Amino acid sequence: MITTKPRDDRRAAWLFLLPVLVGFAVFYGYPAARGVWYSVTDYNMLNTATYVGAENYAKLLADEAFWNSMKVTAWYVVLNIGSQTLLALGIATLMHRLTRSVMLRATLLLPWLVPNVTIGLLWMWLLDTNLGFVNQLLHAVGLGPVGFFTDETWAMPTVAGINTWAYTGYTALLLYAGMLQIPQYLYEGASIDGAGEWRMFRGITLPLLRPVLALVLVVSLIGSFQIFDTIAVTTKGGPVSATQVIYYFIYLQAFKYFHLGYAAAAAVFLALILGVLTAIQMRLLRASRSDLA
Amino acid sequence: MNRRSRAGAALLSLAVVAGLAACSGATEEQAGAPVTLNYWLWDDNQKASYQQCADEFTKANPNITVKISQAAWNEYWQNLTTQIASGDAPDVWTNQGSYYPQFVSSGQILDIQPFVEADKVDLSQYQGGLADLFTKDGKRFGLPKDWDTMALVYNTEHLKAQGIDAAGLANLTWNPTDGGSFEQAIAKATVDEKGRNGLDPAFDKTKVKVFGFLPEWADGSQGQNGWGNLAASNGFTYLDKNPWGTQYKYDDPKLAQTIDWFKSLSAKGYAPALDKASTLSRDSLLNAGKGAITFAGSWMINSYLGDGAKLKFAFAPLPTGPQGRKTAINGLSDAIWAGTKHKDESWKWVKFLGSADCQNIVGGNGVVFPAIKSASEKALAAHTGKGRDVKVFVDEAAAPGGTFFVPITEHGNEISQLVQDAIQAAILGQTDSATSLKKANDQVNALFK
Repeated sequence: MITTKPRDDRRAAWLFLLPVLVGFAVFYGYPAARGVWYSVTDYNMLNTATYVGAENYAKLLADEAFWNSMKVTAWYVVLNIGSQTLLALGIATLMHRLTRSVMLRATLLLPWLVPNVTIGLLWMWLLDTNLGFVNQLLHAVGLGPVGFFTDETWAMPTVAGINTWAYTGYTALLLYAGMLQIPQYLYEGASIDGAGEWRMFRGITLPLLRPVLALVLVVSLIGSFQIFDTIAVTTKGGPVSATQVIYYFIYLQAFKYFHLGYAAAAAVFLALILGVLTAIQMRLLRASRSDLA
Repeated sequence: MNRRSRAGAALLSLAVVAGLAACSGATEEQAGAPVTLNYWLWDDNQKASYQQCADEFTKANPNITVKISQAAWNEYWQNLTTQIASGDAPDVWTNQGSYYPQFVSSGQILDIQPFVEADKVDLSQYQGGLADLFTKDGKRFGLPKDWDTMALVYNTEHLKAQGIDAAGLANLTWNPTDGGSFEQAIAKATVDEKGRNGLDPAFDKTKVKVFGFLPEWADGSQGQNGWGNLAASNGFTYLDKNPWGTQYKYDDPKLAQTIDWFKSLSAKGYAPALDKASTLSRDSLLNAGKGAITFAGSWMINSYLGDGAKLKFAFAPLPTGPQGRKTAINGLSDAIWAGTKHKDESWKWVKFLGSADCQNIVGGNGVVFPAIKSASEKALAAHTGKGRDVKVFVDEAAAPGGTFFVPITEHGNEISQLVQDAIQAAILGQTDSATSLKKANDQVNALFK
């Protein structure tokens, strides 16, 4: 009797993975390792880095500006992810249940295709207090000018709104792709049983979309924490650090004050937080298991 | 050893020899060998003028060519710092007061005092005090290239329509209590939607059409574009000594009074409140007719009086405060990288940049005011030739005791953010000016411990 052992493909697999691994090591692994090393040094670009132990981290934990930037970032993430996910879910459902026009899908992606700096400039002009179109409209209906970027209470919601505008289409497409995986017969059955659209959304779409929704949430949460360009273009962290998010804080420390070591420590800290947040989210949403199976 | 490896060894040794040759070429410069110097600046308006200088320089020194690179202000310092960190910095670059101290303290700028002494460069040819801004402990880190001062810029037709006499603007007074005749002019220049000016008892400050004054609140630790000048005319000094002081005085009540006055302008409706201010630059707002008067530096001359301006503007001297009329004066310099392989050639270029030969070319193009007094006159003449009245900038620079240098110290960038935030917090009413500035001052001085 001849027994055939299943062929071991692992060696071949590694061979195929090699090109990616090299890229990963050179462009991610090595810089990340260097970043971690810089975070325990006093590197300022012009000196030779010397080891200072946990000094940067101790300073970071006591730094008011750092904690403010964490708080500001959290506020941004809540505003941005909240509005973006809700809107995207609504749009995806509409696309799924009403129309499957390719034109419409392409249009949704348009804002996402525009570079962020352009978007920042565009909205900066539209929302300007004195010259902006939006304030002219407000004025026409008798409302006072709103300093969208210069008023402390408005600055962050404005930035979050701009990014929601830019990314909702993309998120909606991802969710729409997820909805396409849900078997059509479930909807047919439900509608024969007399369920309305809202009922079907709650009873079929949402539960079966969960793994995709979880993935989209994790990805957009990480992306949302990395908000930088819109702020760099519009508010530059102001007014009085009301929009000084963590990435802008790191940027200021690294490339304005040249505290590379300190900035690296903040970056490592941010990576840790993101890791923990992702783990919690994956856990809570049981992202690896689908109810379809 | 087989044939192939022998050939390989021969190639290798060749490479080593070639490498050695390259090294020796770098260390012991043969006189007369062609040299290319890299020179950096950030102002694209000035690049053409300095290219002219470089061409003249190469004519006189045929073995040296100068390659000019220009990067916008925001990227300039990052690029420069990264290039220095990677050991590949330009041989000569343009420096500015708040950024150059970090290069001095990290030993990246060549001390040119020995060269200056050997070649007997006349330091008295420069606008008073400029040459000293770039010295520390008897060492010299650059020769001055240009300077700038501040003035008021106003919309001529608007002020005329509001019945404000242009001649009267030359003698404005200011004080932090009632704002003097400066505030009167601002009030008169402010117009609400019904056409009433700021002095009219029926003036509606909630519906202002044209603001009399446009303040600049993103003005760092120096307030060069506004509060710094008025605070100085109120008797405020930034720090114990300039350059290289270590004790700042932002807690001076004279500064807080000045900030409070600016705040009162917004409260009266004469200037946009910070939380209702535009994110666009003041010159776009002036051009859009949304404001009447603001501060302008001499580097803005071509923006306000050039072909790009949509409205007619003119300059007036700064108002005279309790301690007289005071304008911030700031200067740039050219520095040599300590790691350059061409020290002598670089010095020749820096000396040429700081000489009348080059500065006359730059002045003749009427872009900036060169550091050499006679070249400044040339710049003034060039402007006058184009029908632009910019004499006020030169007069202010020449007035005895009428100028103050913006601070040059370590930690310039951090101080800039701390003080700017403190002033914005005061303007927004988060705390009062005195408390906010006291806190910022403590944070600033802690940087020097």
